[in-house]
Order: sequence, then structure tokens, then C-alpha cells
Amino acid sequence: MSGDSVRRRRRRRRLVLPVTLLVPLLVAGCGDQNVLDPHSHAERRISKLWWVMMTGAWIGFGLVVVLLFLGWVRRNRSTLPFGGGERAATALVVGLGVAVPIVLLSGLFVWSDIFVIRATDAPRRGSTSLNVRVTGHQWYWEIKYPGTSAVTANELHIPIDTRVRVVGTTADVIHSLWVPELNRKVDVIPGRDNVMLLDADRPGTYPGQCAEFCGLQHAHMEIRVIAESNQRFRAWLAAEAAPAAANASRGAEVFMDEACSGCHQIRGTDARGQVGPDLTHFGSRTMIGAGVLPNDREHLLEWIRDPQHSKPGNRMPGLKLSDADLRALVAYLEGLK
Amino acid sequence: MAVDVVAPSLERRIERLDRIWRERPGLLGWLTTVDHKRIGLLYFFTTLAFFAAGGIEALLIRTQLAGPNERVLGPETYNQLMTMHGVTMIFLFVIPMTTGAFGNYLVPLMIGARDMAFPRLNALSYWLFLGSGIFIYLGLFMHRGPNCGWFCYTPLNTRTYDPGPNVDFYALGLIFNGLATTAGALNFIVTIFKLRAPGMSLNRMPLFIFAMLAVSLSLIFALPSLTMDLVFLELQRKAGFHFFDVAHGGDPLLWQHLFWLFGHPEVYIIVLPAFGIATSIIPTFTQRKMIAFPLVALAELLVAFIGFGVWAHHMFATGLPTITLIAFAAASMMVVIPSTIQVFAWTFTVVLGRPEFRAPLLFIGGFIVFFVIGGLSGIMFAAIPFNQVTTDTYFVVAHFHFIIFGAAVFPILGGMYYWFPKVTGRLYHERAAQLSFWLTFLGTALTFFPMHIVGLLGMTRRVYAYSPHLGWDAYNLSETIGAFILTAGLLLIFGNLLWSRFRGTLSGPDPFFGGTLEWATSSPPPEYNFPVVPKVTSPYPNWDRADREEDARRLVAGTFVLDEGHETPASTVRDGYLDEVLSMPPESPWPVVVALCVALLFTSLLLSHVVVACVFGGLALLALAAWHTREPEES
Repeated sequence: MSGDSVRRRRRRRRLVLPVTLLVPLLVAGCGDQNVLDPHSHAERRISKLWWVMMTGAWIGFGLVVVLLFLGWVRRNRSTLPFGGGERAATALVVGLGVAVPIVLLSGLFVWSDIFVIRATDAPRRGSTSLNVRVTGHQWYWEIKYPGTSAVTANELHIPIDTRVRVVGTTADVIHSLWVPELNRKVDVIPGRDNVMLLDADRPGTYPGQCAEFCGLQHAHMEIRVIAESNQRFRAWLAAEAAPAAANASRGAEVFMDEACSGCHQIRGTDARGQVGPDLTHFGSRTMIGAGVLPNDREHLLEWIRDPQHSKPGNRMPGLKLSDADLRALVAYLEGLK
Repeated sequence: MAVDVVAPSLERRIERLDRIWRERPGLLGWLTTVDHKRIGLLYFFTTLAFFAAGGIEALLIRTQLAGPNERVLGPETYNQLMTMHGVTMIFLFVIPMTTGAFGNYLVPLMIGARDMAFPRLNALSYWLFLGSGIFIYLGLFMHRGPNCGWFCYTPLNTRTYDPGPNVDFYALGLIFNGLATTAGALNFIVTIFKLRAPGMSLNRMPLFIFAMLAVSLSLIFALPSLTMDLVFLELQRKAGFHFFDVAHGGDPLLWQHLFWLFGHPEVYIIVLPAFGIATSIIPTFTQRKMIAFPLVALAELLVAFIGFGVWAHHMFATGLPTITLIAFAAASMMVVIPSTIQVFAWTFTVVLGRPEFRAPLLFIGGFIVFFVIGGLSGIMFAAIPFNQVTTDTYFVVAHFHFIIFGAAVFPILGGMYYWFPKVTGRLYHERAAQLSFWLTFLGTALTFFPMHIVGLLGMTRRVYAYSPHLGWDAYNLSETIGAFILTAGLLLIFGNLLWSRFRGTLSGPDPFFGGTLEWATSSPPPEYNFPVVPKVTSPYPNWDRADREEDARRLVAGTFVLDEGHETPASTVRDGYLDEVLSMPPESPWPVVVALCVALLFTSLLLSHVVVACVFGGLALLALAAWHTREPEES
């Protein structure tokens, strides 16, 4: 543990130079979806690629700006600074415009498109101990753990320091699955199973958003990767796979009798709808509506009363429930731990 | 004594040319015109109107995104505005502005011709373009505008997910628009190959003409791919076909491949004319020829060619096989080389010359700076893992706005100042123009640079709202402020041009001592462009004083005046030897009639009235037949 953090600190030091170049522009470590705050082996290699490319880009940009500035300073002279006229300038155009880019681009190509791509690529089938299946819907993510009966939505739990093979697909239009601090993104496309690697090296919550425009509520389609110790993950998965505890409350009745059960599934009950997300353990999730609202009593009331207010156009209609029924329903849902 | 004898006959010749080339005055004259300069102006004002529309859409978008969870626009309105902003700026502003307005006005002038090769086809392209623009905007005005993003991926664009006419406005509108663009591109190719003044062999063609040639060839080969894609889509939406439908053996990636096989060459179609404008302005304001001229000409053509081999880098996250990704990444790196050649050719020409930093050259300086920023972030997309991280984020939005606004629109703005004296005969206000440059420069940087950062902070494209806790607020606010500064700069430019149109000092034919032929004739040029077919012996003919004096002698002697009829010379394709004298068609009402029939045809298709559409198609064909009947010769 301590050896790991020392290594990380050393890595940080190596980044000092490029970071200082961008300090006025980028507050390092800001935000939760920061590509440059990597929390996985893969993302660390990609962000290193970025820092090197960015440094090179600033140098190239500086060269052109200096040349333009030189043109302005020497606007009354028609030679190059060190002498030489058209022939020398043409040679420089060929050198800087053809030779130098060929060398630099070849280097970049080999590094990024041969090595980094391999190191961050999706694992082969059967090479990992954990597989997850993520399905995009308008507008939420359905998450299944093959081999168990666990089904959840928008919150993808993984154990840390474990390579997880994520298979992405879609139930309707194209979406794109992306967790910026962990790895590259992959589009989920009808008729295809696209694969990506997820692994996190520290416990934490890593949010991401659908990256491919998918219609009216593309903006509200968040996914959160929750990385935790292997032990806690196993416990969570076991709980998630279990059906909901039997419940005879007024809230459960409202859920079964009203339209709710037509669209949502609660395993262990008669609610088997497949339109909206599975709600079997809804009470243990942190967000409502794929990241629109935090999951607490007040916000859940607000959501069920008028889902079209916070997420206009989503598939859930506002039901005209009495206040008592509404509160009972919320109590029931919050109890689904 | 001798002068007295010659002068009346010279005057009589000019008078005859005036009479032969004069068009009908008034509004009717604008409807029937075939003069490339008037058509160019029609294009100019129309595309300017679309630029204003696209700009207002951009400001609304930026206002909505100024802070987190704003509620200025709802999601449906936002999506329509976002889509229309892209469609407008690409299809209704940049391409018609560079090819339709600048190309139309300048290509015949620069090659010493009296009109485009097919003047009536030229008129038809304009009217079709106008029709397609109005067609697409009708949707927005009914709040049924395209709402699926400018690349409108399937299956989101199918009737299952987008049942209204929104996508039909997009698909039919772009097919319609493609007709106009294709007609224009064909016209440019033939004009550039055949109507160059005798003596202008291919190697003496101005670089602007090379750029327009490259653009026109690209359009001819790229557009069919888009058109096919849109036809497939409409067949699926309206006639139950299954091109993109997985359940029936179709493939949604087919849409993306066909779209980007058009879409990437499109990027070069957008910037190449801008390169052409840069290579016109730089030599004039540095008073020296472009260095590495043949390399730059070759680079312009190469960019257009290699641009056809890189489309899949827009699809790196779709799960294509790794080997495919690597091949396209390599091609994407190759396409960098022609651009670096040009960047250094421009900058070293400035270093080597004696630059006078007036407004047009300032805009080209801004263009180089922004093109280099956009180009460098573009190279990064050839690094596959980084591409898969940043694709569909604001990093990409930053990149392509530096290319489209910085590298395409800046030369357009500089070009407006540069050729303003040619078109109006008056000079723009220099101090105000320089101020307008600094405003637009600052505005552009402030609007688009923070998008890189917010993209790296995880902001994805096309979101109508975002949460406050993600650290994006300050960047988004600065982008919005930048957008309004940019708008102020643009308003100052157009205010300047409008004021100068009436109050500017008279410029004379050649206020900047330009090197190309458009500066060899009066400002504004007469209907027949040149009273005498100009002599050309180099790529900068207007700097060859002896040749211009030869023109004056020819005019006096009456050789190469071609005042016997509505005529322009044609020359051989490669060497530019005089080939024949072409009789050009006079003005005609038929192009606008054909375009009207085509507009009604597309409207009927939109309403799914196939029979009515066939009727209008038949009427369009009849109008085309009428177009080809010969009018009685004017004496």
C-alpha cells in the first residue's frame, strides 16, 4: 500500500513540467470525470500519452507563433534571420513540413497505436474472473452480472484491482459507455456486443455519462462505477442477486396495483415489467433517474409526483396518486435495500 | 493624331461589349441572371442570412449552457437548434459561401474568363441551394426541425425513435442541397479545366484555383456517398426498407461508414477554399510570390485525395477490429503532412516577404494560429486510445470549431475585406477592420479553447444541461462570454462593410497590388470581366507589367477583344493553348423554374405524396427541355 503510493508520487513528479505549462488553464484534479485524474492502469497510460502529445503540441504551436512574430519583427527585411532566401526557405518548408513530422508521427504511431492500445484493450472472453453486461436504454443503463441473478441500473459495482470484462449492448438506439477516470469509451450498438476493460486501483465512485447522442434525455444518462474491496463487492453482489424481501405494506400494494409494476421489475414479487429499470434493491442506490436526483425520500417524492419535470421526455408518466399513497410508495421503495 | 483615329473605335468596342453582355435590369434581372458575379452576390447574401441564423442558434445554445441546469431551452428545442446549427454552418454557410460566393465571383476573374463554363447551370445551382435552405428551415419554423445531430445516427433517425417529419426535413433537405452542390462542383471543374485564358497552363494556375479544383473534385466523389445514405434512410423511413435494421439483416454501422466516407472529405472541402484564400492574401500583403509554390499546389490536391482514406477515425469507438483502427490511424497521420507543408509555406512566405499587416493579413495570421491549434489536436485523434477517450466530448467540439471557425471562417472574413474593393469599388475602413479582427480573434479563443479543458473534464457533446458539481461551470461561462464577444466582432465587420459600401473611399482597380488577374480589371468588374482576353505567362500575371501593357495594346488594336458575340475563349486542358471561342448562353428564366419544380418535388416527398412528386419531377424535366430551346439570336 505505502509502496504503491510512493510510486504514484514519483509518477506525479514526472508530470510536474507539463502540468506547469497548463496551470493557468487546468486545475488538476478538478471534477469527478477528469480524464487526467486516472484511477486505473489503463487510464494512466492514456493520460501519459496525452501529456506527451500536449507538450509536443505546445512546442509545435510555439514554433509557428515565433515564425509569425519573426515575420512581423523583420517586416522590412526580405531574408531569413540567418541569411538565405527562397532556396533556404523552401528547404526549411520541406524539413519542417515533411521530414520532422514523419519522424515524430511515426514515433507517436508506434507508441500509441501499437503499444498503448494493446495495454488498454478489452480483455479476451474468458480471461477475467468477472464479467458484467451493460445494456443502454433510453435513458438509463441496465447492469447484469452473468452467472448470478443480479440486475441493477446505473450503478456498476466492481472490486478493486480486478480486471473486469464489460460487454456493452443496447436495447434501442446507439449509446456510448464511458467512465473517464477508468478507461476509453465504447459505443453500444444494436446487434453488436462491444467489449471494454474496467479496473480501478482505488475504492471510490467514478461517474461517467452516455457519450453518444441518444435523443431527448441524452444529457441525463449517467453511469457510476463503484469500486470497493473484493470482500464488500462479494457481499453487495450476493445481496443484489437475492430477491426483495416479502412486504405487505400499503406501499407494496400501491406499486402492484398502479401502473408501476407494468414497467418495473421487483424480483420476488409479481412486478415483472421490463420497460424501466429493475427496482429490486432500489433503496441501496445513490441516484434516481440515471443521475438526475439524489436518492432520498424528498427527491423520490418529487420524482414520482412528476417525473417529467426533472427529466422531460423520459418514459415514466406522472401518476395521480393521493398524498398518502405516494408517501407509502416512497417508504416501500426506500425500504428495498 | 494617331490617338484620334484609334480612340473612337476603342470606345465603340467597349460599347459593343457592354451591349452584348448587359442583362435585364431590376428584380427580374436577378431572377434570370447568368452572370457569375451576380450569382456570386446572390450566394453571398443568402449564405450570410444562413450564417446569421446559425449564429443565433449558437448564441441560444451558449446561453442555455452558460450555467449548470439552465432552463432557457427545453431538450427538444435544444436538440433542434444544436442540429440546425451544425447543418446550417456546414451545408448552408461555409460550403456555399466559399464555393458559391467566393468561387463563383473569383474563379472566372482569376483565370481570365468571362463567365463560368455553364452559366445557366450556375444559376440553377444557386436556386436549388436557396430552395434547399428554405426547405430545411421550414422544419425548424414549425418546431419540427431536424433533431438528431448533424450526423444523425441510426437507429435514432428511424421512425421508431423519431416519428415526426424532423428527420425527413434533414434527409430530403440534404439530398436537395447535394444537387445544388454537385451542379456547382461540375461547373467549377469544367471552368477551371477549359476556360483559362490562353497561356495559363496548369502550372500557372493561381493556388486559389488549385484549391477550388481540389474542392470540386472532392465534392463530386464525396457527395454520392452521403446522398446514397440519405436515400437509404428515406426508403427505410417511408417505404419499409431495412438497410440499417439489425432485425432484418441490416447494419447500423453502414449509416456511419457511408456518412463519414462523405463526412471526412467534407472537412477538407470546408478548409481547402480557406487555404486558397490564404494563398491569395499572403502574396499580396507580403508583395512576394508564395514560396514552395509547386509543393503547396500539390499539397492542396493531396489533402483532398488522402482525405478519402481516413473516415473511420470518426468511428474508433464503434468496436471495429483493431487492425482496421490501426490502418485508419496511419492514414490519419499521413494526411498531416500536406497540411504541415502548407503551414510552413505560409509562415516562411511571411518571414521572407515584407508583410504589411492590414486587416486581411491579420485574419490570415489568426487563421494560421487557429489552424495550427486545431491541426495539433487533430493529430491527437490518430492516437487510437486517446481518440477513444475524447471522441464525443467537448474536446472534439473544440477541435473542429478551431478548424471550421478558426481555419475556414477566418479566411472567409479576411477574404471579405480583401475582395471588398474589387466587388464594390470602395475601400473598407482599415482601423475598424483591425479592431474587428482583434475582437473576433479574442472571442474565438475564449469561446473554443476552454472546450478542450471541459472535454477532458468529461463533458460530453450534445447535452442540453449539466450538473453543477462537475467543475465545468467556469469554463462554460467563459465560452458563453466569448461567444458574445465574437458576435460583437462579427457585427463590427458587417457594419464596417455596410458603411464602406456607401461611404468608403474609392479604391480604383487594384488598391493592394494583387498578383492575380481579378486585379487587372476595373472595380467592380464589367459584365464581361475583361475587355480583352488577358495574356498570361506566370501564376501572378498581374505582376507581369509587360503582359498588362500588351493587353492594353491588344485592346487598342482590337485583337482578342471578342466583341462579335456573347463569347469567351476556351483553351486546352494542360497547356492552356487557345482551343476555340465559345458562344455563351444569355440570361434565362428556366433555371429558377426548374429549381421551383424540384423544390415542390421534395415538398411532396416530405408529405409522402409520391404521385404529386412524380408530377413535379415531370414538370422539372419539361422545364429542362424548354431551357435547351434556342432563343433568337440578338443582333
